[in-house]
Amino acid sequence: MKSNLLDVFMTILKRDLSLGLSRSSEIANPLIFFFIVVMIFPFALGPESNLLQRIMPGVIWIAVLLSATLSLDMMFRSDFEDGSLELMLLSRYPMTLLIMAKITAHWLLTGAPLILASIFLGVLLNLPVESLLYLFITMMLGTPVLSMVGSAVMALTVGLRGGGVLLALLILPLYIPVLIFSIAAIDNAILGLPITGEIYILGALLVLAITLAPFATSTSLRIRFG
Amino acid sequence: MLRHINQFASPKNFYALSCKLVHYFGGACLLLFVAGVFGGLLFSPPDYQQGESVRIIYVHVPSAWMSLFVYIVMAGAGTIGLIWRIKIMDVIARSSAPLGASFTFLALATGSLWGKPMWGAWWVWDARLTSELILLFLYLGYIALQSAIEDPRMAARAGAILALIGIINIPIIHFSVEWWSTLHQGPTVSKLDAPSIHIDMLIPLLLMALAYMCYFISAVLMRARCDLLALERNSAWVGELIGERSR
Repeated sequence: MKSNLLDVFMTILKRDLSLGLSRSSEIANPLIFFFIVVMIFPFALGPESNLLQRIMPGVIWIAVLLSATLSLDMMFRSDFEDGSLELMLLSRYPMTLLIMAKITAHWLLTGAPLILASIFLGVLLNLPVESLLYLFITMMLGTPVLSMVGSAVMALTVGLRGGGVLLALLILPLYIPVLIFSIAAIDNAILGLPITGEIYILGALLVLAITLAPFATSTSLRIRFG
Repeated sequence: MLRHINQFASPKNFYALSCKLVHYFGGACLLLFVAGVFGGLLFSPPDYQQGESVRIIYVHVPSAWMSLFVYIVMAGAGTIGLIWRIKIMDVIARSSAPLGASFTFLALATGSLWGKPMWGAWWVWDARLTSELILLFLYLGYIALQSAIEDPRMAARAGAILALIGIINIPIIHFSVEWWSTLHQGPTVSKLDAPSIHIDMLIPLLLMALAYMCYFISAVLMRARCDLLALERNSAWVGELIGERSR
């Protein structure tokens, strides 16, 4: 039976989505972690609302980075343990396509809820409308990059002892550019400055990640399986 | 062609050749280092603005250069090892990482020692400092990944992928950090415009840079030789080598 590549992509996507939804705590835990991290900052800095409004976009982005790092674990772990990842590597379909489907499913399950949660928190914390809008736009462009870069590094550490801390150590320096440009866009928007440059660069990072990350991930997985 | 390279790059031949190379580059490093230190500390003039403390550049600048160079060597050797399965390239890539991390640390530490009298602060969030610090974390991440994977071959190949991801990211990180620091930082640091360097300072600086380079080559070869012996401990040529020594 010969099926076309889009069917293969959709099959893996549906499979990963239904598997992820059936393990709802794995999706809920990073979100709860996200809320807790954001909630801790007022305790450390005091309830003064001017200061909090000034730093909240940055705080929310930091919490997104940390929570995205935690959620990467669910991308390959269970497939690695039950052997389905190995079968995917052996299948006759291009591994990059299968990985693209897995990354998409992972982003839909973890990245998209994080965006909604950030907007929700932003409304609660009285952020001005411009920063909410640009928080949304930068996250739409930025969180897929986090999932892509994350998948490549996650593939290197999947199944290792102490992989969690190691993953954070490897991945957070690589997340810095996304953070810088997103915050720069939001800050400029609040000041009324043009932000097209930052948005274009975030878009460029996204395109670069889409182009390279599936190849890096599939090579890493092949290496991990020896 | 490839067979010739393979023969040349066989662990046994590499081990024999690198013994000589370690001595040559080690000797050259010593000579250049002595010349560079004397030239830098005694014969070069003090800077008209920074006084005597400018002399730290003879340690600081070469280590900053080396910190980037070693990363490129690490990624390059790792990639060659990954593509053509040349074992000694894997070994060289892995041996470079601690050296590169040390150069990066040295650059940061000497820069901070220089910054205290010049800028009045050990650390400022300047673009170069920040990206050098991120480079240090990339090195440390590489070393951590190496120690987490037990199988040395798999560790080397995984490390090569990580170093390649890092190589793509280093320009992006550097560029973004540069932009970030110009956006966020007020004029707290009056950066000295780099004047075209005087020839009396340039010569010791280049001597020191060459000394660092020779040091790196001989040190990485020494580390690689140890690593290679441990990797190949069950092979025939190591057995012969140990047999010769003990006889």
